[in-house]
Amino acid sequence: MIKRRALNIALGLSFAFGASGIAQAQEIYIPLVSKGFQHQFWQAVKAGANQAATDYKVKVTFEGPETEAMVDKQIDMLSAALAKKPQAIGFAALDSKAALPLLKKAQAAKIPVIAFDSGVDSDIPVTTTTTDNKAAAALAADKMAELIGKEGEVAVVAHDQTSRTGIDRRDGFVDRMKSAYPKIKIVSIQYGAGDQLKSTEVTKSILQAYPKLKGAFGTNEGSAIGVLNGAREMKRKVVIIGFDSGKQQKDAIRDGQMAGAITQNPVGIGYKTVEAAVKALKGEKLPKIIDTGFYWYDKSNIADPKIAAVLYD
Amino acid sequence: MATTPNPLSQTTLTMTSTTDSEAGAGSLRARLFHPSTRQKLLAFASLLALVVFFSVANDNFLQIDNLVSILQSTAVNGVLAIACTFVIITAGIDLSVGTMMTFCSVMAGVFLTYWGLPIYFGIFAAIFFGALCGWTSGMLIAKLKVPPFIATLGMMMLLKGLSLVISGTKPIYFNDTPSFPQISQESLIGDLIPALPIPNAVLILFLVAIAAGVILNKTVFGRYTFALGSNEEALRLSGVKVDFWKVTVYTVSGAICGIAGLLIASRLNSAQPALGQGYELDAIAAVVIGGTSLSGGTGTILGTIIGAFIMSVLINGLRIMSVAQEWQTVVTGVIIILAVYMDILRRRRQ
Repeated sequence: MIKRRALNIALGLSFAFGASGIAQAQEIYIPLVSKGFQHQFWQAVKAGANQAATDYKVKVTFEGPETEAMVDKQIDMLSAALAKKPQAIGFAALDSKAALPLLKKAQAAKIPVIAFDSGVDSDIPVTTTTTDNKAAAALAADKMAELIGKEGEVAVVAHDQTSRTGIDRRDGFVDRMKSAYPKIKIVSIQYGAGDQLKSTEVTKSILQAYPKLKGAFGTNEGSAIGVLNGAREMKRKVVIIGFDSGKQQKDAIRDGQMAGAITQNPVGIGYKTVEAAVKALKGEKLPKIIDTGFYWYDKSNIADPKIAAVLYD
Repeated sequence: MATTPNPLSQTTLTMTSTTDSEAGAGSLRARLFHPSTRQKLLAFASLLALVVFFSVANDNFLQIDNLVSILQSTAVNGVLAIACTFVIITAGIDLSVGTMMTFCSVMAGVFLTYWGLPIYFGIFAAIFFGALCGWTSGMLIAKLKVPPFIATLGMMMLLKGLSLVISGTKPIYFNDTPSFPQISQESLIGDLIPALPIPNAVLILFLVAIAAGVILNKTVFGRYTFALGSNEEALRLSGVKVDFWKVTVYTVSGAICGIAGLLIASRLNSAQPALGQGYELDAIAAVVIGGTSLSGGTGTILGTIIGAFIMSVLINGLRIMSVAQEWQTVVTGVIIILAVYMDILRRRRQ
């Protein structure tokens, strides 16, 4: 301690940084450790969190690893977030089991954990703010059925087969088709890692294999754009339904290349996560799951203020 | 050049260095200003400067808990960087270290979780399969003359694919082997000194570093590793089985990746098959910051360890200061370029 203080003075930086240190200590600080940060979806979650930070006068930071495979990097982030002695923490786990020791540490330090997006598979979080992905994908199935006349071949281009959102959106779509529309056949389910280029290639091979294909569902932004590109490159007319938003997807819906898409409410996820943290700090009782909602949007309602507010570029 | 001495004989090495570094001065001064010492001092001074800067900038940085997490977050990258150091000294490159690490952790999962074997088999499996992968890369490079960049690029993809296939794209958890997470997470040091709960992963990192340092500096194998990088042809002409030693270098490097595989699997209590790509670049960056030249013939393990710590201190410190993530990446890039540029400046001055 003494040594450190001596260094402070020696470097003559103590004033500037010391002052900011005190300022930090006074306000409530809530770091959010997410599953990513580069993707527009996460930027929208971040925007929502920042909005709530302004409304509730708290300090929020937002971080996530470069890819969703980097489990250990995310744990390093969580560990650095805890080192900052936050009042509460928001966390979207890449692998809940791997994060358990740190979550227990947070619990022991009486730091409430708010899970968001795909959540945390543990009972430590006080609540989870999330989209009901299964119901959202079932809505996509209903819309697809309606658009292709309740019969024919459709395909799914999913972003991955291991993550909760990947599984739920695939199953939500497939289960709904099977139970409600017996004349619709899902001929192919392929994975493009949410990468536009890979999803394009995947889509092209599906279109090649099934010349009678009537529709395709892309389970996230990258997958949906991939389906769009694939159909365009093969010059094929199929009904395309996407997920999430982004500039390319919005443009495709506006000019009719894509029939429509399901949007989550990423801004709402960010906002409600911070709001829940503030409420938890005040000792309010919170439900186990806070549903942040989802919407169907197409050419007709894309400009609707309620929809436009949750879409991002 | 003193930085790329002919390491074929230790005597030449000492002679060239002494003549190059301010000859005529006292032996202590000569040693202090010896280029390799200066490089290490410079790297160490940069690390120290970073620590001091972050300690001053934010009170939460210099806390035992945080220092322990810095140490822990360095373990995997540090061990991978040591593996890379061997290969880079031979003027080679290994792009497969990241996914090789993952493959080794998956194989440990196969032995322990799928087959239910005792923990020692898992440890053996990780190191054995690492050595086997390294040996394969080595054979491709030495015998089939595939350029190291291409051979290991191929191995990187091959091993990533194999990890996904073997694991069925799902993480393999080590719940049936409760002692497995202890390899990395328990703290032998903490048992002795409760105030210092430094996890075993860090202990293993330092043990690997010491072993690697001894191998590199005190054995025939080490000397040939340097010689492969500075003048392979001369080594061949002096009757050394160049191919054999090259394969050995990659095999040793692979075995070290196996240790990294154990560390990461044990820390996450699972083998994550999709992980690993991108880790090779962090490892190479640590090696380069530590003063090892990509053109081969020079390099130290100590430098690499310091390089790995510079990277993790930097990232942790910027996080603690709540610097936006985009900017963290920018700063890391600048530091890498700066480190290499300073190294070039130093060489030019000699």
